[in-house]
Order: sequence, then structure tokens, then C-alpha cells
Amino acid sequence: MNTEKKIKTLIVKKPLKLDCGKTIKDFPIAYETYGSLNSKKDNAILVFHALTGDQFVSGTNPVTNKEGWWSYAVGPDKAIDTNKYFVICSNVIGGCMGSYGPSHRDPDQKIFGTNFPVITINDMVNAQYNLLDHFGINKLFSITGGSMGGMQVLQFISNFPDKSKTVIPIATTSSHSAQNIAFNELGRQAITADSNWKDGNYASNETNPGKGLAVARMAAHITYLSKKGLQEKFGRKLQEREDLKFGFDADFQIESYLRYQGSVFVDRFDANSYLYITRAMDYFDLAKQYKGNLSEAFINTKAKFFIISFTSDWLYPTQENKDIVIALNSIGADVGFVEIKSDKGHDSFLLDVPDFLNALKNFLDKSYEEN
Amino acid sequence: MKNEFQVIADLIAKDKKVLDVGCADGTLMKFLKDNKNINIRGLEISKEKVQECIAKGLTVIEGNAEKDLKQFPNKSFDYVVLSQTLQAFLNPELVLDELLRVGKKAIVTIPNFGYWKVRFHLLFKGTMPITKTLPDEWYNTPNLHMCTIKDFFHFVKSKDIKIFKSLALNNLNTSIINESNLGVKNLFADLGIFLIEK
Repeated sequence: MNTEKKIKTLIVKKPLKLDCGKTIKDFPIAYETYGSLNSKKDNAILVFHALTGDQFVSGTNPVTNKEGWWSYAVGPDKAIDTNKYFVICSNVIGGCMGSYGPSHRDPDQKIFGTNFPVITINDMVNAQYNLLDHFGINKLFSITGGSMGGMQVLQFISNFPDKSKTVIPIATTSSHSAQNIAFNELGRQAITADSNWKDGNYASNETNPGKGLAVARMAAHITYLSKKGLQEKFGRKLQEREDLKFGFDADFQIESYLRYQGSVFVDRFDANSYLYITRAMDYFDLAKQYKGNLSEAFINTKAKFFIISFTSDWLYPTQENKDIVIALNSIGADVGFVEIKSDKGHDSFLLDVPDFLNALKNFLDKSYEEN
Repeated sequence: MKNEFQVIADLIAKDKKVLDVGCADGTLMKFLKDNKNINIRGLEISKEKVQECIAKGLTVIEGNAEKDLKQFPNKSFDYVVLSQTLQAFLNPELVLDELLRVGKKAIVTIPNFGYWKVRFHLLFKGTMPITKTLPDEWYNTPNLHMCTIKDFFHFVKSKDIKIFKSLALNNLNTSIINESNLGVKNLFADLGIFLIEK
């Protein structure tokens, strides 16, 4: 079975003006849904994925045959219970799981590569908004996502203040920090330094900048974990050997682990998409869109916010999440906040962290009861 | 629900906006939300207690009153409640000022160190008092700044804070504290409840 048949796509006819000034139309948004929309259409949750995620939130991803990226949180009887809620997730534009992106062809049938327009978080949510019309949903019950997914959550509610009852940004920020831009730049440099990248035209040259993309993934992967988590899992343990080999093979388990993470990533992700999506994250600065006052982004919404951070997340630390809480409190918005204790770093939101999953479930279910 | 919370709830009018500082497991918040249609928020330092509040469907912010009250605008709540926690802050005066800045009114309750059992304990046993409202040993108590009802009464007066109502609690008995009976109430109440405004 070919990949295209496994991917549901909505073709957006309406022109979308992008932040870069260009306009796109008749473009595909690839999406997946879980659970069923009730007759009142008031049980829909729009989930936004992070940098390397896709629309396959739960169950088995039919393209990669791996488990969906948020299987711990989404599914029957899970925190986001698909027996109760209708979950929608779509691949961001600029991505590589079916939505309009740099691996697509331009009107002249030439693969875009770096001729694809530079997209922003704002463009991503404006594109995804079309899914509400597609499903005839007037108001979502909730929007949620972690990391870059959280950025989309914040942008979505600021663009469409009355389109969701509850809003759950997780392990995120309202403006990408210098440190995070720096890490993204490291990844992009690794990709573009790969001679197989060919200025982004690797597809027509039948090459693949796999080495560069793998290095980008390895570097990024370190930022998703915590020092303590790495130390406990790997320490100085050696990889299938009794002693050091006095060479540059993977002597340590952590090296072997990172190499593996890099190699499997290359099989499922497009190098140009990595450039485009990291750029969108770097450009994200919600306060800047409102003349430096973050509160203004939320002034028109009556939605109930619940913000979650993790103690060991140094990529999107608690303080950056708390800044969003402060901006909301300063305008008297309905906002709850919890910092979850976890040694699993930024990745905590993707993993089996019971305190996190319980908080998420309780917030959703109690809010839904009050509906 | 403990009698203290019932007394606090009786001081709060229906349909108001209330912040419960140090809301613990949210018992008072839940009561106010369900029975008085209060738009209620909580601030709580303990992660476990925050989880309990979320499980009750309450809006709570994990945080520290000494640092995190400053994010709330002036007079953004009709009432701010602080139950038996003032004495545990590093700087109770600052917290009190913040409560009165954020709330149009504040309800502050204090365990009374002037209660006769406390005095009796120290006088005759010669050890730090342990009572129902002061259950901890000297070495593990969170209380840094114990005071008596009389101390607090004089303190708020000296700060030109208006006392709307001051109540003395002794088990299930509630009575009004005023200038003339202050000495007696300070001896026989184990808890003082003050409705104040600045």
C-alpha cells in the first residue's frame, strides 16, 4: 500500500496570505482524527504537534509503523480519552507527512526545496483553522500541544479567541529564546553543511543530506533530555564491549543511542522540512505581535487556560511557561498552572509521567462536565 | 468542612470573585464555588495539593504567595482569603500589604498564640506549646512569626487597615471581638478571623 492512501488530506481552496508576504492556495493539509464527533459537535480537541511530530497522534503510525507520538496521552481511557472526545491533529504546513511543504511540487511541477515560502507559527495555525470549517465545528472544546505545539496553541487562541473553550499549552514559550534559536541554528548548519544537501535540491539530484540531518537530530535530542535523566540511563556505560577501544567508534552507550536516534530520524523526516519548521519556531514571538505586551494576545478570549511545565525541562523552562501565566493573570483571565516534577526533561510531555497525565485528564474531564 | 471555613464562607457575599491564597486541597474553594456561585481561584505552593485541586475541577496556580501575588492587578478580586498561613511567611507584613492590594477586602485567619492552653502549656510545662491549631514541634513547625489575636488587632490598626469584622473562634463557638473584650477573647479563642480592607 502506498503512503498517500494512508494519509487523509483536506485541500484548502481559500487563499492564505503568509507572513512572508506570499499567498498560497489549493494546498493540502494532512490530518488524522480519533474518536467521534458528537451530535452537538462540542467534544472536539485540536492537538498541535511539535517540531518532528505529525498528525498520527495515537495508535500505530501507518507510515512509520511506530507508535503515535502522543500515545501515552491520547487514546481510549487515556488522559485525552477518545471514547469521549474527538481528537483532530494535522501535519503543519512546511512539514513532510502530507501537508504542503518543501518536498511538494510548485505549479511548474518542480520540487520546491528552499523555494518553498518561509512559514511561521501564525501561518501554521491559520492553515489548520480550515479544519474547523471542514468538520462543521463552531467551537472546539480544547486545544493543546507541547513544545512547538504549545506555541501553536497560544497563537491559535490569540487569532481565534472564541474558538476554544479550554486552552492547554504544555512545556512551551511565548517567544523563542536565544538559546533555543542557537540550538536550531546548529541543526540547520549541520544539514546545510552536508554536501548532499545541494542547496536544498537533493531530491532532484537523487541525494539525501542524511548525515547532516542525523547530526541535527542528535544535537536536538540532547536538549530534550535532562542531565540527571541521561546520567541515570547511560552514565559511563560501555556499548557491547569490556573496555575502551582507543578509537572513535561508539564506545559509550550514550554515543550509540544518539547515533541510533539520528539514523532512524533520517528515515522518517525531510531535511528541508527541518529547516523550515525550526525557522518558524525561531521567528515565534507572540508578544512582539502585540507591541511587546503579551497580555494583549489574550485580551479577547474567555477561554479557560491550563498551563503545564516540567521541573527538569531546560529547553522551555518553568519560568517561560510562568510568563504566560503572569500575562494571563494580569488581565484577570481564568488560568491554572502546575509544574510537574519529572527527571525526563523537555520530553516529559511525551512520556509516561503519571502526575502530568492525571492533571491533564482531570482538567479536561472536569471542564467538560461543566460544559 | 471545618468550622473556620464555614465562618469564612459566611463573610463572603454570593457571585463574587475570590482568591484563596494557600488554598491547600481546595476544600473551601469547592464549597464557595458550589454553594455561593463564587468565581474562585487558588494559589498553592504544594504540588500534591495543586493536583488535588485540579481533580476537584478548581482553577489553581502553583506558586508562592511571597513571590507570586505581585502578578495580580490591584483590586482584581472582591475577597482574598488567607487561612492560618500569615505566620508562616518570611515577611508577613509584605504579604498582608499584597493581600490588601490585590483584594478589595481580605479575610485573614490566625492561630492565636494568646490562647489560654498555649499560655498554660508554656507556663507549666516549660516547652513549646502544641495544640490543635499549632500541631507541630518547635523544630519542624512552618510557623516563623507567631502572634496573638491582640498582636494582630493592634498591628492592623497601626497600619490604618480598616477592620470590618473580627471574630473569635473556640471550637464551634464564634463571637465578635471588639476593643473592649479584646483581652478576654485573646485568652479564650484559639483562632482569630479578620475581615479587613485598605
